Amino acid sequence: MSFLSLSHLEKTFGTNRVVKDFNLSVEKGEFISLLGPSGCGKTTVLRMVAGFETPTSGGIVIDGQEVTGLKPNQRNIGMMFQAYALFPNMTVAENVAFGLKVKGVAKDKRDARVEEMLRLIGLPEMGGRYPFQLSGGQQQRVALARALAPSPRVLLLDEPLSALDAKVRVSLRNEIREIQRELGITTIFVTHDQEEALSMSDRVVVMNGGIAEQVGAPFEVYNRPSTRFVATFVGTLNVFDGAVTGPQSVTLAGVPVTLAEPVEASKGATVALALRPEAVQLGRVEGADVVLPATIESVEFLGSIIRVRARAGGSVVALDTFNRMDAPPPAIGAETEVSLHARDLIVLAG
Amino acid sequence: MMRVVAWGVFLLGCLFFLLPLVGMTEFSLKMRRGVYSFDAYAAVFGDPAFWATFGYSLALAAATIVVGVVLVVPTAYWVRLRLPQARPFVEFITLLPLVIPAIVIVFGYIRMYNTSSFLPLTGSALGTDILLTMGYATLALPYMYRSVDTGLRTIDVGTLTEAAQSLGAGWVTILARIILPNVMVAVLSGAFLTLAIVLGEFTMAALLNRPAFGPYMQLLGANRAYEPPALAVIAFAITWGCMGLMQLATRFAKHERAKA
Repeated sequence: MSFLSLSHLEKTFGTNRVVKDFNLSVEKGEFISLLGPSGCGKTTVLRMVAGFETPTSGGIVIDGQEVTGLKPNQRNIGMMFQAYALFPNMTVAENVAFGLKVKGVAKDKRDARVEEMLRLIGLPEMGGRYPFQLSGGQQQRVALARALAPSPRVLLLDEPLSALDAKVRVSLRNEIREIQRELGITTIFVTHDQEEALSMSDRVVVMNGGIAEQVGAPFEVYNRPSTRFVATFVGTLNVFDGAVTGPQSVTLAGVPVTLAEPVEASKGATVALALRPEAVQLGRVEGADVVLPATIESVEFLGSIIRVRARAGGSVVALDTFNRMDAPPPAIGAETEVSLHARDLIVLAG
Repeated sequence: MMRVVAWGVFLLGCLFFLLPLVGMTEFSLKMRRGVYSFDAYAAVFGDPAFWATFGYSLALAAATIVVGVVLVVPTAYWVRLRLPQARPFVEFITLLPLVIPAIVIVFGYIRMYNTSSFLPLTGSALGTDILLTMGYATLALPYMYRSVDTGLRTIDVGTLTEAAQSLGAGWVTILARIILPNVMVAVLSGAFLTLAIVLGEFTMAALLNRPAFGPYMQLLGANRAYEPPALAVIAFAITWGCMGLMQLATRFAKHERAKA
């Protein structure tokens, strides 16, 4: 039986159904990300787990206890907010101790736990400071310590990295993941940043229009998206139209291709075939299943990666190549070829 | 040229406000013929009625502040957190004491709570004091509400509340340990304004026949020459002292700097 179970969750605001029949089972110690665009319902799901929103229907069970009707302060859940939400009138130590004090933990135990938490987040000397004396990254670390101090059953992270600058965001996400692994705490992380979701999570839930479009490991979600939305939302994607010629074969830009998996479409139908930029190669590659003539339209230098857009087979194809000092990027307007393998093609449903 | 005009207007404004005060202060120092002295102030401070009425009003001001805080802080907090659509209505209600004269309110009280009513508060001194406190709280409502509401505007009420709830806190804990300390400067502003209102209020105290500072000032003004301006200067000093305390509270509230 799963540690956290959300079954048939629905949430309606007026006539607007924000969350539709949402189901999710989370194992103890698992790190799950809810990923999706603004307004997809991911934060509403998190807020229902926290108890800040009451589900219109459905149930939430944590560690075998039905919590759907419980108030937020009765659920023993830790939460981190985008806006840090540290109490401005309290020092760092007082902030971290707040949950323990509310629980009635004795002062000596409380002090020991605060010290332990501050050491865990790498700010053991900051206990006497006020939140306004800390940087954004430090404030968010304190918010993490405060959320973890009362030993919550579940940790909820509501876009905690969004307000931070890029460098701090990357280092803090690694720290959060390390601490989460160390404590083995079940965590739900809401983000619209696919890089964060893919790099931190055991599983990713891709949401769109209030429903979970796909639930899976980051590798699976990225490489085997189950719907067109997931494919286009997670990472960059090239989409081609292919004409079905057999149970497992199509033609792509007039070239016959045998796919890795059977196609669920009748002969003559058109299917969408997707391909990640890193699966398209510039030039003629030995053993490639499809080689198309191409004209370079744009070149973006991204540091370690060079993203090229080329017109091939009637559409614009994005492809990524590694930066190499001995191979300068292609010139715009250059005539070349692009190669791809049938095994990398993803047939999109929906 | 514009600068000269601006300074001219500023100086004119200063004279308009300061000249009467200077005149009044000067007059209050002329009790002894031919020389300036503090005789009028000594006479005021030496009058037991001054201390009795001042102490009484101070005590009622403290009670009014407590009632105001207990009434306004949860109301303003709740309106901001859960009933933002009710804000214009609540603001209208809190503004009513500014347009309804105190005499109307006090006659309403007397009619509602006289000795033959269901709640005969005017039948005892304590009951009348409670009634007067409620009246003062009503008069101070526009200032207290606005101060607290402005204070609440400077903090993220919703997120702080949710953060506290997720840590296990109930409503009383949230209000007492998170919200109130974070709007303390605003509450103090409202409290000092309340103190100034209570110390100077005449109508309610006189009609409820209570020994407050307002009626004492009126009585002194009607019967003496030099003591009333001395009393007025003292009252000004108290008000300005309150304003100074408000500034000090703002300056020394450590966490308030974060909001600045």
